Amino acid sequence: MKFAIQVNEGPYQHQATDSAYQFAKAALDAGHEIMRVFFYHDGVNNGTNLTTPPQDDRNIVNRWSELGKAHDLDMVVCVAAAQRRGIVDEGEMQRNGKDAQNIADGFRISGLGQLIEAGIQSERLMVFGD
Amino acid sequence: MSETIKKFMYLNRRAPYGTIYAWESLEVVLIGAAFDQDVSLAFIGDGVYQLLEGQDTSESDMKNFSTTYKALGDYDVTKLYVEKESLEERGLTLDDLMPLTWEDEDDDWAEKDSIRLVSRAELADVLDDQDIVYSF
Repeated sequence: MKFAIQVNEGPYQHQATDSAYQFAKAALDAGHEIMRVFFYHDGVNNGTNLTTPPQDDRNIVNRWSELGKAHDLDMVVCVAAAQRRGIVDEGEMQRNGKDAQNIADGFRISGLGQLIEAGIQSERLMVFGD
Repeated sequence: MSETIKKFMYLNRRAPYGTIYAWESLEVVLIGAAFDQDVSLAFIGDGVYQLLEGQDTSESDMKNFSTTYKALGDYDVTKLYVEKESLEERGLTLDDLMPLTWEDEDDDWAEKDSIRLVSRAELADVLDDQDIVYSF
């Protein structure tokens, strides 16, 4: 099965992102394909490398980065949602005159068209949210 | 833009200003309109408040995006399902909602209603018929 995943909630605040991660991992382990993980609403906060969770807790951002690297996942952070919430890559930093970037490894910032395309090209779109 | 035509449903479940879901859902709908898919929106639960006539956000410093719903017809987004029971549970009727219309170019540009009042059971069938459901 060719899946696409949409993550609508931020890390730690809400279980949605944990469920999305566990689903992605299980699907990949079972031999399914995940053509894209799209982060929307507060879900974009999964893609900041500035998080520093306590050491005895899971590191949600690093966990995504590692899964992404292991399976060459296309992990997309919505640009409009990211701009509102301060998730910045090199291009956004220059475009908007910011003095820092914080996009985590394996994530990229792109438009909502990527979410629609994911709906069209996948066989199942899984939405994780509130 | 794509040869595949799928049935896309945007399911709106929340009141317009308490959270950003309603507005960011509309942003997806507007971008998605460029992809020539078979698009529907549904409004259930507090989501029916999104279509309320006479929204005034001037005292709350929130952006009033209610006029965007009136523009959906121009984006060929013409199927807006509103759940009857959700209206009734909130003491609302169709008359409390914005009159949303679209112009049918295949029918001499006749103005037609975009809002389709459906029962909970009917909406279940509509949802069952979709390929993709974006839930907001």
